[in-house]
Amino acid sequence: MSAAPPIRGRGPWELAFERLRRDRAAIASAITILFALAIALAAPLLAQLTGHSPIEQFTETGLSPTGIPVGPGREFWLGTDGLGRDVLVRIAYGTRVSLLVGVLASGLAVLIGAIVGIAAGWHGGAVDTLLSRFMDVVLSLPFLILALALAALVGPGLGVSIFLIAFFSWASVGRIVRAEARAIREREYVQAARALGAGSARIMFVEMLPVVSATVIVYATLLIPSSIAFEATLSFLGLGVPPPTPTWGNMLTDAMAYYKVAWWLLVFPGAALLGITYAFNVLGDSVRDALDPRHDQTIGAGRGGAG
Amino acid sequence: MTTEVLVQLRDVVKEFPVQSSAAFGGRSERLQAVAGVSLELRRGETLGLVGETGCGKSTLARCVVRLLEPSAGQVLFDGHDISTASHAELGPYRRRMQMIFQDPYGSLNPRRRVGSIIGDPFEIHGIGPAGQRRRKVQDLMALVGLNPEHYNRFPADFSGGQRQRIGIARAIALRPELIVCDEPVSALDVSIQAQILNLLDELQDELGLTYLFISHDLSVVRHVSDRVAVMYLGRIAEVAPSAALYERARHPYTRALLSSVPAFDPDERRAHASVLLTGDPPSPLDPPRGCRFHPRCPRAQARCAAEVPQLIPRAGDGPEHTTACHFPLADGETMSTDAARSVTA
Amino acid sequence: MTASPGAAPLLEVHDLAVSFKTPDGVLEAVRGVSFGLARGRTLGIVGESGSGKSVTTQSMVGLTRGARITGQALFEGRDLLALPAAELRAVRGRGIAMIFQSPLSSLHPLYTIGWQIAEMIRAHEPVSTAQARARAVELLGHVGIPRPERRVDDYPHQYSGGMLQRAMIAMAIALNPRILVADEPTTALDVTVQSQILRLLRRLQEEFGTAIIMITHDLGVIAETADDVLVMYAGRAMEQAPRESLLRMPRHPYTQGLLRSRPRLDAIGGRLVPIPGQPPSLIAPPRGCPFQERCEWSIDRCSSTPPPLADVAGDRAAHRSACWLPERGDAP
Repeated sequence: MSAAPPIRGRGPWELAFERLRRDRAAIASAITILFALAIALAAPLLAQLTGHSPIEQFTETGLSPTGIPVGPGREFWLGTDGLGRDVLVRIAYGTRVSLLVGVLASGLAVLIGAIVGIAAGWHGGAVDTLLSRFMDVVLSLPFLILALALAALVGPGLGVSIFLIAFFSWASVGRIVRAEARAIREREYVQAARALGAGSARIMFVEMLPVVSATVIVYATLLIPSSIAFEATLSFLGLGVPPPTPTWGNMLTDAMAYYKVAWWLLVFPGAALLGITYAFNVLGDSVRDALDPRHDQTIGAGRGGAG
Repeated sequence: MTTEVLVQLRDVVKEFPVQSSAAFGGRSERLQAVAGVSLELRRGETLGLVGETGCGKSTLARCVVRLLEPSAGQVLFDGHDISTASHAELGPYRRRMQMIFQDPYGSLNPRRRVGSIIGDPFEIHGIGPAGQRRRKVQDLMALVGLNPEHYNRFPADFSGGQRQRIGIARAIALRPELIVCDEPVSALDVSIQAQILNLLDELQDELGLTYLFISHDLSVVRHVSDRVAVMYLGRIAEVAPSAALYERARHPYTRALLSSVPAFDPDERRAHASVLLTGDPPSPLDPPRGCRFHPRCPRAQARCAAEVPQLIPRAGDGPEHTTACHFPLADGETMSTDAARSVTA
Repeated sequence: MTASPGAAPLLEVHDLAVSFKTPDGVLEAVRGVSFGLARGRTLGIVGESGSGKSVTTQSMVGLTRGARITGQALFEGRDLLALPAAELRAVRGRGIAMIFQSPLSSLHPLYTIGWQIAEMIRAHEPVSTAQARARAVELLGHVGIPRPERRVDDYPHQYSGGMLQRAMIAMAIALNPRILVADEPTTALDVTVQSQILRLLRRLQEEFGTAIIMITHDLGVIAETADDVLVMYAGRAMEQAPRESLLRMPRHPYTQGLLRSRPRLDAIGGRLVPIPGQPPSLIAPPRGCPFQERCEWSIDRCSSTPPPLADVAGDRAAHRSACWLPERGDAP
């Protein structure tokens, strides 16, 4: 067989990655996220550098004689909060919480959503009806009330936050995956697998999952910023990680009392939240474009010709 | 080629429930894609199944390999009734019958590597130690004319013809006895079609395969088949050995089909009194009563609308040539265009 | 390219070349193609995928966005490739109309057929809605759609494949174009419907004197409809001849290969003689003759220099082949 297509063998993942590499917005957002990650990892280093821990209250140097927080300066680069704590160091530690919760919650949500979606989409019939109705119920549950109830029952914390966020996010992923699985079920390569004698489990895992994974990855990326925002909301309401551990959310809560006199309490945590959310959203869009299945055909793919 | 029957279809019916659609006037709630088909497939032969869009040939093909369960009737493979067999019961039969699909771009999972796709049959049926599978797959690739070194590539790196070869490699991996080819070359360029048809021919000789070859392309079917069955709106109109079908087609639909094929030779073109079939094939949702072809048939009479014609030898033919028509064409008889009724759908 | 004596060619294409920029490099879809079309004649352009046959006509009417086009396409004396966008838009539909393989994707699913035809007419001519609609009904009847006064208000999904294609033809001839470009119009249709559509096109040509460019991969369609034939491969013209001359005495090895590899309804069994290999990539296409790799008669010169489209000696009709060995005029 002569003349294989000149495009050297690049699989769909490789092609997607290359498209991503060429996308400037993706690069910019990736850099931002890496920067945030660096800050999160280097938080203890920052604490050492500045000599302030995130929970230490510097009533002498950190508060004015009247008890007002001190603004950005040489001692406290981003100022202090109402209790004289270093805002910069607290934001750095807050990044840890945000990223951790964001990534873990998102990951958990898409994992559950993908499994349920594929199962519903492939089996159809009673199984599909059952799972779909279940997803509908989850989507209709009022988040705030349940969050309050759960926090009251078990007490707020990191694990509870992650669980709550994942619980309220997986169903939308599940629906999308289910729709896609239903479409894939009719594709010829799935028919071919059935003709070969493949069982349900094999088809779901070997045939459907790789195809669905593109959607799942996009969703995972896009769920992270909403999970982070979710977490911020929870801790803003006092239902997240309990103080004195800093999170951007509870920093914003504290800012409510002082923002008229201490703008930095609102601006810096707010900017961090906005920045990281935006970066993940942009990255998610770029990932979606890169993984667009329409790009997977070779050029000139028509009636059997190569190029 | 023996006369041993490998597959027997007895009055197979396949219906699909349809939501009543306003566009069709909702008269029928079930779509009868296959409306009573009896055929036999003999070991070692190539049986061509030809028909136009909506005739049900693809549905019938899927019933044969049990991708679909027939609504009625029987499908027998090597004497065993597999019509209602469960997934588990079908296991051993799956190894003996396989399918090749039309769309080279849709029949391979774009996110899986080619070697993995071809190795599926081995994995699914637990054949051979895993270590040896790769070698087996590469042998298969070489057998169908692919470069074994492209084992780790993705389907997108291959052309349409090559993808079809991958599909063929996957189908012959377990040395099946029967392969149902559903329009295997329709989506390929002409210069590649011949390559694939030759490959299928070689493999049939080498591996002793039986083919059910489905296509809408009469020339291709004529070329590859030993016998040909013509299907119209869910029923078989005519079955005959290849040469007899071309030279002495008895069913008016077969004649019309044959005359619609563009002729190359100018003399051939003049001789082919082109029987122009007017109108489009009617919808299988609302099939005509009696002989389903009668509204478009230039020879139709009252009997045709009332009585379904049986698929039996007519006009002095032997048992090999059966026609489902009340007024089949005799030897040497032609259908004139003047008699063609202008009924448009 | 022979035109009927005394008739100036309606369309003259000189050295048309079209290329696209892709992430993997420059794709040269058409590489120097020339042909002519006379009034009332049908030119068949036959080629497989990647041959450039569709891009050729698409580029002439400005349907190839982002492409780099060189050469000339003289339509009634004006170079289409040099026209400003507004004037080109005026040519599309009135001067040159196109119909495509898949009418479903060329027609808007949410508007009635009648409305779409009427809109097209009103975009080019100052007529009222009622007049345009009446014309649409007339056109639908003309292309053989039964009860056009009722069908004019149907939506595309209510039409069958054959009827949709007829509707597309109706829309295309609405403004009485001088040239009708039919790009694989019957590929997606059943063979019985295909012959109806081809007949319809011939009838319309006889009635209105429309010139037709029939683009197809099917030599059978060419045999039925074309007066003159242009065979394309990998962006270049391989052979040009009147239909009979091409089918009876193909000169170019590619044409011969195509004819030989096709199963014939009248021939019995045996192995087909396929053309080995595959078409070359159009990104960095081969230097010499594009068919050289798959040609059984290729000589050294074939891989270094592309042969020009030259007259084949000893043939009364204007028969040209792009081959360094034109004397090898063996019958297929």
